[in-house]
Amino acid sequence: MTLAVVIFLLVVGSIIFHFASPWWFTDIATDWGSIDFTINVTFWVTGFVFVACNVFLAYCIWKFRKKPGHKAVYEPENTKLEAWLSVFTTVGVIAMLAPGLFVWATFVTPPDNALEYEVLGQQWQWQFRYPGADGILGTADTGFVSESNPFGVNPEDPNGMDDVVVNDPDMHLAVNQPVKALLRSNDVLHNYTVPQFRVKMDLVPGLVSYLWFDPTKEGTYDIMCEELCGIGHFVMRGSVTVESQAAFDSWLASQPTFAETQNAAGPDIAAGQAQYAACAACHGANGEGNQALNAPKIAGQQPWYIERQLNHFKQGARGGDGDTNGAQMTAFASMLTTDEAVRNISAYIATFPDNPAPTTISGDIANGYDIYDRNCAACHLDNGAGVWYTDAPKLAGMSDWYFVTQISNFRAGIRGLHADDDYGEQMVQMATAMGDLDEIEDVAAYINTLR
Amino acid sequence: MAYVPLADQDQEMEMHHPHSWVEKYVWSQDHKVIAIQYGGLAVLTGIVGLVLSLLFRLQLGFPESVDFVDPNFYYQAVTMHGMIMVVYFLTALFLGGFGNYMVPLMLGARDMVFPFLNMMSVWTFLISVIILMASFFVGGGPTGAGWTLYPPQTTMAGTPGHDAGIILMLVSLAVFVVAFTMGGLNYVVTILQYRCRGMTLMRMPLTIWGIFVATVLGLFAFPALLVACIMMMFDTLLGTSFFMPAVIESGSPLDYEGGSPILFQHLFWFFGHPEVYIVALPAFGLVSDVLSVHARKNIFGYRMMVWAIIAIGGLSFIVWAHHMYVSGMNPYFGFFFATTTLIIAVPTALKVYNWLLTLWEGDIRLNAPMYFAIGFIFTFIHGGLTGLFLGNVVIDLPLSDTYFVVAHFHLVMGVSPILVLFAAIYHWYPKLSGRMYNETMAKAHFWITFLGAYAIYLPMHYLGFLGVPRRYYALGSTDFIPASAQELNSSITIAALIVGTAQILFFINIIGSLKWGKKADPNPWGAASLEWQTPDTPPKHGNWGDELPTVYRWAYDYSVPGAPEDFIPQNTPERVTPAASDEHIDTDKDSTLADV
Amino acid sequence: MSLIKTVTEKPWERKGVIGGMEPEGTFDTEAERVALTFFLVIATVIFSLFMVSYYIRMELPDWEPLSEPAQLWFNTGLLVASSAFFQWARNIVARGDSKNLYTSFFGAGVLAILFIVAQLVTWNHLQAGGFYLSSNPANAFYYLLTGLHALHLAGGLWVWSKSAIRLVSGGEPEDIKLSIELCTVYWHFLLLVWIVMFAVLSNT
Repeated sequence: MTLAVVIFLLVVGSIIFHFASPWWFTDIATDWGSIDFTINVTFWVTGFVFVACNVFLAYCIWKFRKKPGHKAVYEPENTKLEAWLSVFTTVGVIAMLAPGLFVWATFVTPPDNALEYEVLGQQWQWQFRYPGADGILGTADTGFVSESNPFGVNPEDPNGMDDVVVNDPDMHLAVNQPVKALLRSNDVLHNYTVPQFRVKMDLVPGLVSYLWFDPTKEGTYDIMCEELCGIGHFVMRGSVTVESQAAFDSWLASQPTFAETQNAAGPDIAAGQAQYAACAACHGANGEGNQALNAPKIAGQQPWYIERQLNHFKQGARGGDGDTNGAQMTAFASMLTTDEAVRNISAYIATFPDNPAPTTISGDIANGYDIYDRNCAACHLDNGAGVWYTDAPKLAGMSDWYFVTQISNFRAGIRGLHADDDYGEQMVQMATAMGDLDEIEDVAAYINTLR
Repeated sequence: MAYVPLADQDQEMEMHHPHSWVEKYVWSQDHKVIAIQYGGLAVLTGIVGLVLSLLFRLQLGFPESVDFVDPNFYYQAVTMHGMIMVVYFLTALFLGGFGNYMVPLMLGARDMVFPFLNMMSVWTFLISVIILMASFFVGGGPTGAGWTLYPPQTTMAGTPGHDAGIILMLVSLAVFVVAFTMGGLNYVVTILQYRCRGMTLMRMPLTIWGIFVATVLGLFAFPALLVACIMMMFDTLLGTSFFMPAVIESGSPLDYEGGSPILFQHLFWFFGHPEVYIVALPAFGLVSDVLSVHARKNIFGYRMMVWAIIAIGGLSFIVWAHHMYVSGMNPYFGFFFATTTLIIAVPTALKVYNWLLTLWEGDIRLNAPMYFAIGFIFTFIHGGLTGLFLGNVVIDLPLSDTYFVVAHFHLVMGVSPILVLFAAIYHWYPKLSGRMYNETMAKAHFWITFLGAYAIYLPMHYLGFLGVPRRYYALGSTDFIPASAQELNSSITIAALIVGTAQILFFINIIGSLKWGKKADPNPWGAASLEWQTPDTPPKHGNWGDELPTVYRWAYDYSVPGAPEDFIPQNTPERVTPAASDEHIDTDKDSTLADV
Repeated sequence: MSLIKTVTEKPWERKGVIGGMEPEGTFDTEAERVALTFFLVIATVIFSLFMVSYYIRMELPDWEPLSEPAQLWFNTGLLVASSAFFQWARNIVARGDSKNLYTSFFGAGVLAILFIVAQLVTWNHLQAGGFYLSSNPANAFYYLLTGLHALHLAGGLWVWSKSAIRLVSGGEPEDIKLSIELCTVYWHFLLLVWIVMFAVLSNT
């Protein structure tokens, strides 16, 4: 008896939950309304079956529960009823499947006017490439991938020279312009998903997959990776901005072409040396750092990382609220007015002798190893050297006190959450996964053994 | 030697009678002991899987305050939970446990056809579990590649347990396949060749049909897993490039070229989809029998049920790529696999209708097994219907890899089969142990498990509609996921903790009742199938005493008009009504057992 | 027994013992033979899946076909002879005879062992010729498939050795009749697998 009532209430409750739920599909931003239509058809068909079957179930439990003198009816089968039920079910299935197949036929055949762009996934970041004036993407292969050519664009292919490369995880699209995304991966499986676009597809190393859509609504949307791709899967994020054609064109024009990234003039180390004079006061003549002045060691750090951090200070992506030492850096970094200046000074710093910084932190090295090996080594490498590929700076032999300060800043949200700090949130998430200050110091103590 | 007359087998059986405690309970060749060894080991492994799920649920529900689950462990826990539950818990428990226990008893055989092979099967299974568990103690820990083990990720540095952990997983799976094949050959041949006199195929209880077809599926599907494991092991250890394309690991290229990750996915799901039915079909069978007995009514449309089991089994081999709609495979496959997938909904729906129609005009005894069986119908309807979303290829575009998938497959192949397991364990407990379980405690166990499970998975579908991706250690900051989604996650975790903890009730009940339970009648539910007609309860080695039973009718003669009782056991001769003095029939018991 | 007829029967309408001593639907043969049949289907599934993988992998651009050494024809001859000897042994025990049983039965086993040895020798030649396992997927498939086949044959030899021990220690031919019959079926199956495999490997 109770069971019958509970089943009935669960049906009613499910319906109420369905209509009251604030959790529902995001507002669609492409013209894939046909997918939403198929979902609605499926909802009505399955919803009807759900209610009908379960109400019937509750009714049977209530009506035919054991009663004195009552005996069950002997009825081995009823072929007529079963035939009708089969027909009825088949009709319901066809009602759901038919629109689905029609929409799928549209999905697998991108229209001729769809413009192509490329999405490149790698652990754990997104990059994008747009065809240049010739409208053709150059060929690419993982074999060509290097720090200066992260896309692996074929340097021999003339079609690739004018390709626009976007080496950060924020991409743009023009509204109402159908596009076909060509998907590639440098390492493992990834999945290019924008919930508001409704469509998604895996990126598979070794082949090019695709999807297409027609963005209809301006706005900025999150790109999520939705195929498990290793320990950083949950922080592999990007964003896509859908904007007017004019805004898109000007954004695209401000991005470098592949040829420009390949032919950039080498850094001027002498100019960097001149600029460095201002830094030497705190960071030392050879970048060895000075804890008393809260200046970390910078000698031996990866040049691309120094460049990126200087830019972050300039843009205000670092050194904001709560980061007083960082605020000082903002003033100094702003003295480097051009990108060349930033590149020159980073190149000069790279010439310093790399002597390990003095150790100031002690902790449980075994525990530190455990945490580091499990969570940090995937990006910063087993030896703590860091690598451009995963956007991971060097940790081994660098200032350990600075490491503790920065991890604490990430945990506190002081660093890493600024919109221009593309990979900062990855560190925020990883740092919050750590237990407490003791654990951070354990990790620092372990890193001190890697020099 | 054509057919071995069953009476002649008695002599052979004598030779296997155990002489010491060790032979009786450890190196036993008795299918009932092996069933309990298989089931017990599967349950112990399942408890590990359950605890892992509670640990990562804690992280998902309370990311701020739970700091003992780091991303590395999260992925390991998710992976091991999935693999343990699907393979080492559900498959082993349904086929190794229930298959071993039910097949000879329900068919009127003395034992499995190859008892020694049967014993080898359970010990090989133990080895595979030990290898699996060993991966928790090696450097780097168990693999965290997701239970699907997709290359190239599985063996690359960014994945937890990419060195020793994955190797142990692959070896363990290969050993499991060997164990399963030994057991599976036994079940299939026993069902085909060792039925007692009069037990035609269409007189077999649906439990046997479910186990039979599931075993055949397993025998033909597990090889695909074995093949995939072998080739992946070659790639990992010997440097071949079956699945491994040219990839970059931490900035440097690895020494692979040209392999196809999608080939692995095809092999994996060629195993993986039938695997769903390897778990579901025995559950369908068991629940059919529980429903029929407690509704005092024959299972409605027995023939349709058998056909549906066979049809589902056959179709399950041509739907696998519906797991791969967004995998980057040739998208034109989508048309074929969406169609086959939705076709499989028809026989499945017919099974549901027939369960409902079995209750119609029945005389329903709402005992604990019936509670669980009815709970199964509810969750299975829900889980089956959400499958229609995911099977329909375009709807899979927004929903795949979100929590909708997680909610769907947990309802349909987690909660539903587990409710059947509980129904079946309570239902057959009196035969297995000779004691009654505690009805009140069993019902409390039902309410918490059933309502709790629905509270976990109903809201989870809606996280999926929203687009929340699965396999995320933390949601981080996005524009489209509102803060309320995190609150929902917390409430799901609380429900999961309650459901997980409530399983203690089950263990207290079945272990405690061994000692304190009321002594059970040989046939307390008044069931017609053979296993309830054994001369001893619990059945002794050899099952049937001196004489094997003879079957005169199907297993569902309930409430037959004109019969003195509301059931006629399968071994009751035609036109001979059971004598009133028959010890199996106790006219008083109905009133004491029914609760309504 | 017609399968359709069996599963369309209405079991509630027929009462009584159907089929006499054997229930309807039982195969009129030994359980071991039924088990072997199932096992052969499983083995076929395994080999087929490898073959399908072979063809899928072959389509990818880095495939360089391996030219199989001529020595494989000799190996094939050994396996054919082994199978033929088993058939001979089977015919002898089927007649209830024991003449030449030792020759045929042990000959079959020894030839099978020689086949495995010859396969290993071929492996060594390939290795010496620079065709390493990891250098190309075609090589990898060659080693994998031939290795798997040899492993199956080794499993058969284990059963053979048990019967051999029984025969040597004074067992009657009647005792190992079933074993010989089943081994013969298994040997023929493995010969068939080998021929298909050899054909596929040489033609691609």
